Amino acid sequence: MPPRNCALCDKARAIVKRPKTGQQICKDCFFHVFETEVHNTITEAQLFKPGDRVAIGASGGKDSTVLAYVMKALNDRYQYGLELFLLSIDEGITGYRDDSLETVKRNQQQYDMPLKILSYDELYGWTMDAIVSQVGKKNNCTFCGVFRRQALDRGAAMLNVDHIVTGHNADDIAETVLMNIMRGDIARLGRCTSICTQGEDTIKRSKPFKYAYEKEIVMYAYFKKLDYFSTECIYSPDAYRGHARVFLKDLEAARPSAIIDIIHSGEAFEIKEEVKATQKIQQTCKRCGYMSSNELCKACSLLEGLERGVPQAAITDRARKKLASEGGASENLRTIPYFQRPGALPPTAIVP
Amino acid sequence: MSSINVKIEFGGGLELLFSNQRSHRVSIPAKVPLSSKPEDAEKSPEDKPADITYLMYWLRDNLLKEREELFIENGSVRPGILVLVNDTDWELEGEGEYAIQEGDEIVFISTLHGG
Ligand SMILES: [Zn+2]
Ligand SMILES: [Zn+2]
Repeated sequence: MPPRNCALCDKARAIVKRPKTGQQICKDCFFHVFETEVHNTITEAQLFKPGDRVAIGASGGKDSTVLAYVMKALNDRYQYGLELFLLSIDEGITGYRDDSLETVKRNQQQYDMPLKILSYDELYGWTMDAIVSQVGKKNNCTFCGVFRRQALDRGAAMLNVDHIVTGHNADDIAETVLMNIMRGDIARLGRCTSICTQGEDTIKRSKPFKYAYEKEIVMYAYFKKLDYFSTECIYSPDAYRGHARVFLKDLEAARPSAIIDIIHSGEAFEIKEEVKATQKIQQTCKRCGYMSSNELCKACSLLEGLERGVPQAAITDRARKKLASEGGASENLRTIPYFQRPGALPPTAIVP
Repeated sequence: MSSINVKIEFGGGLELLFSNQRSHRVSIPAKVPLSSKPEDAEKSPEDKPADITYLMYWLRDNLLKEREELFIENGSVRPGILVLVNDTDWELEGEGEYAIQEGDEIVFISTLHGG
């Protein structure tokens, strides 16, 4: 095939075909449109205001590495006036997270951003390695997901930031839309396409790569020679998500616009008020102060199960009954430090 | 029979299927049977220049150490793996039908591993 000129500048040779539009463009135009689209996503959703302290959830993987690079570039170019931080969670997975954290540490140097690493061990007293040795490989993703979510918020609070940006890309969001449809989780379906989530008492979270295709993120990292880490978690990956991903990639191969079309479909769903109302009212965990829809937050329930040797307690009814029959939590049970949102008033009474 | 030298790079976690080695230099035949799939090669005596589809099967048979299904699907590179020919998206170069030239650099990057 003869080399083709860029569809945008008509000067340089095209090197990439954009999945969203089918346009064939050159390297410089690709960098420019990729960055500009992220900038447009940010400004249209009014994600930031000058002076915001923003943490980038950094795993060392491709998405968050590219996100850190692009956030820094846009912050300089368009004078967002943000103070940027890298925030990494160390789940304590030997041979996986320790390697990817090395990548994040290099990113810290390369991008000149302060880095905070918060470990499960430090926060919960349990590494994922230790959790897996007790619960096995079947339900460990439940623990990891709940613990990571809360760890990110707590890490953000330690950095005194009020906003976390994550590297979720268009493919991730389309995949979540599909999964929520397949599971009939209509309440989540209504929420999963929003670019920014903020409950009353939660730290703001947003996804500047909401409309960025995975293909373009990887191409961007490749052409910019960005340093990222890529390997699958050594503990059982989410099989259901895996199926959704393969299905989505097959759809994309047949028709590349499928990903953005699915996101638009997700955005267009109108969720009935009755469905929204089934969401429980948020309260504060009586043990650790984190937001929760029950007396105890999920992390505290899971931790109590681990500590008392009934790790399924927060997962199955049978184990929960067993735990209840043994009486309440004892005095010296390990608990998570009390959570304080940045800027929030300290709790008036210290709750046990 | 003449052969061509090709530089191969694996990235994005795909190297794990290839002895965890990112860079390889290989030498493949310049002319190959019309059907790239070795299993069907005898049935197609005519020649064509070696293309990326041929290279894909060649890599499977000579360098791949495990889990073929993560590399090849339905006679092509598995969806979610990006291919670059001399730093150009293979979608601009005819994908699997691109005829490989002496000294080409072919890069395979998985997009499917961790974010
Ligand atoms: Zn151009
Ligand atoms: Zn709690």
